[in-house]
Amino acid sequence: MPLLQVEHMTHFFGGLRAVHDYNLSIEQGQIRGLIGPNGAGKSTIFNLITGVYRPSEGKVTFRGESIVGLPSHEIAALGMGRTFQNLRLWRHMSVLDHVKMSQYSQIDYGLIGAFFGTKRRNQQEKENTEKALQLLDLVGIRHLADSMVTNLPYGVQRRVEMARALAINPKLLLLDEPTAGMNPDELMDLMQVIRQVHNTFGLSIFLIEHRMKFVMELCERIQTLVFGEVIAEGTPKEIQNNPKVIEAYLGKEVET
Amino acid sequence: MEATSSVPTKRNAFNAWLSKQWMPYRQVSLLGWLLGSLVAVLLETFIGTSLAWALGMSDVPALFGFVVMLKQPELLPSIILYLLLIYFIPIAIVVRLTKSIANKIAGLLFRYPLWITALFHIVLLYAVIDVWAVMNDYRVLLAKLMMIAIITTLSLNVVNGYMGEFSCSHPGFLAVGAYTASIIMVLFFVNDKVMGPALLPPALGPFFFPIVLILGGVVAAFSALIVAIPSFHTRGDYLAIISLAFMFIIKSLIENLQVFGGARGFMGQPNLASLPVVFVWTIIAIWTINNFVRSTLGKAMNAVRDDETAADAMTVNTRNTKMTAFLFAAFWAGIAGGLFAHVMRYVNPGSFGIKKLAEVLAMVYFGGLNSVVGSIVGAIGFNFLSEMLRPLEILKWVIIPVLLILVMIFRPTGLIAFKDFDPEELLRPKNQTEEEV
Repeated sequence: MPLLQVEHMTHFFGGLRAVHDYNLSIEQGQIRGLIGPNGAGKSTIFNLITGVYRPSEGKVTFRGESIVGLPSHEIAALGMGRTFQNLRLWRHMSVLDHVKMSQYSQIDYGLIGAFFGTKRRNQQEKENTEKALQLLDLVGIRHLADSMVTNLPYGVQRRVEMARALAINPKLLLLDEPTAGMNPDELMDLMQVIRQVHNTFGLSIFLIEHRMKFVMELCERIQTLVFGEVIAEGTPKEIQNNPKVIEAYLGKEVET
Repeated sequence: MEATSSVPTKRNAFNAWLSKQWMPYRQVSLLGWLLGSLVAVLLETFIGTSLAWALGMSDVPALFGFVVMLKQPELLPSIILYLLLIYFIPIAIVVRLTKSIANKIAGLLFRYPLWITALFHIVLLYAVIDVWAVMNDYRVLLAKLMMIAIITTLSLNVVNGYMGEFSCSHPGFLAVGAYTASIIMVLFFVNDKVMGPALLPPALGPFFFPIVLILGGVVAAFSALIVAIPSFHTRGDYLAIISLAFMFIIKSLIENLQVFGGARGFMGQPNLASLPVVFVWTIIAIWTINNFVRSTLGKAMNAVRDDETAADAMTVNTRNTKMTAFLFAAFWAGIAGGLFAHVMRYVNPGSFGIKKLAEVLAMVYFGGLNSVVGSIVGAIGFNFLSEMLRPLEILKWVIIPVLLILVMIFRPTGLIAFKDFDPEELLRPKNQTEEEV
């Protein structure tokens, strides 16, 4: 049984058809990629899977459970972590608090614990802090745990987002253009981090990306999306040589 | 930066001198400051009145001279002399003399669980406030009202600061709490002309008072549901509008309920909100609210404020978070209302109107958003200011908004904003940290 299965998903924004008959099936431990020109609907697909929007048609099954119509936080708690294209970090919170926050669904001390500072609450907060620090170690920013995120360089902020997504114990990680705005050095570092978390946790990863080099190196299979429709799917090599993909990215050759 | 600091100007020299003078006081623990203050207030109790006469004042300056500052400015030099002799100099001397011993005691206490240290400090703090306040009735009343203001401000800060929504319904919750507590107390424990004889022996009143206050808080929290359910479907300005409407509805509801006195007000509350009672409630409020905002469940409010989509994607139940925070804030506002009614022993709907709202909002934004210390400072500071400007009558309501605007321009989030309040840090002995550095 695939970890995530999307069947015939279609979505309309008013009269605009943003996604048409989209299918996807990700197995445990796979790394998959989604590429396509700007405005093709890649981020929309992420938002449909994670429950930000509810698909107009189609089925989405995650770990054997239908998740269409579930609120975002419940889908996330099932084990679906994500990052955002335009870094959605919490301005006034420290790095450590970011990573602790993602463990929200694992907290069971309840409001009584929160109001009166019970032993159990202190215990659990301590454990969560431990776990958060370990994750920060993994992405290499433990020394910045107490800094405010707004003061940090862009590459570090990306790592915070990664650690934050990992703290929900995900089975599947959705990365929305993780390399946007990064320089080549940061890019190599990030590739390292992604490989590492993939190996450590045995995660499945589904990523949207523009940089071909990055996608080609990481992904087992790639889909190409144009105007909400998948025009090609296959291994990096197949995609690279697919005339339709080349056309979508570079334009058609003028016939002479 | 570099250029200005390398050239020694007069101002820099003064600043350096000042920080050098302040150096020894950095190592004073909270315990030391409390001991110093205790000595000062005791000194005032014994020689304050005679000193005031000697300096040509009719009585001790009730609020560190704030009250008479504008009424009789010619007394200003004697007030300053009085403050120096009674407060500043004795505190400075005691604090320096007891510095090492106070740090030792604090260090000793620090080995025990935190609550023992905290309790010790709280008792000492109460002693200071009590000795200070019993000098005259004005101080007692003001101390009580300030503490109630602290509870109100903190509870509003939970919604407006920590959660980043704009709620205007706090006077409404205060009114609900005030009337609920008053009615139950008068009905059960007071032989009243209007409400009839007491249903239970009045002697039981003090024991049931906390329960009745909590009941008032719970009713206020339930009334908050009326605002919360429609407005938390979405974010934006809805809450501000609905909560403002709620405040006016509650006010006109009470004005038209003739059973409870209507616009004339409701009186006869038993005299149960003494200084220690209000003090204990204030401590409990600060404690629970601070606990809440520092837990992950409470910090979820910040996540919702800063980016709700991201919070949702990170498993935070945003709707629950918003509801909890709002009802919790309303609960404490209800308690504050109940206390207020029993301090004044009279409530009328007029005191829960737009003016009250302006006051509470001013305290929150003046003190600082997202900060427990900020709210305490805001509540106390605003009350001081308000007492000081009282002689100006209506002009007071020109000056306070102007000050508020200035705060908004120069410190848009308030004086002490976005600070975590860590009691452990506050109570810790200060000598070790200095040595480590």
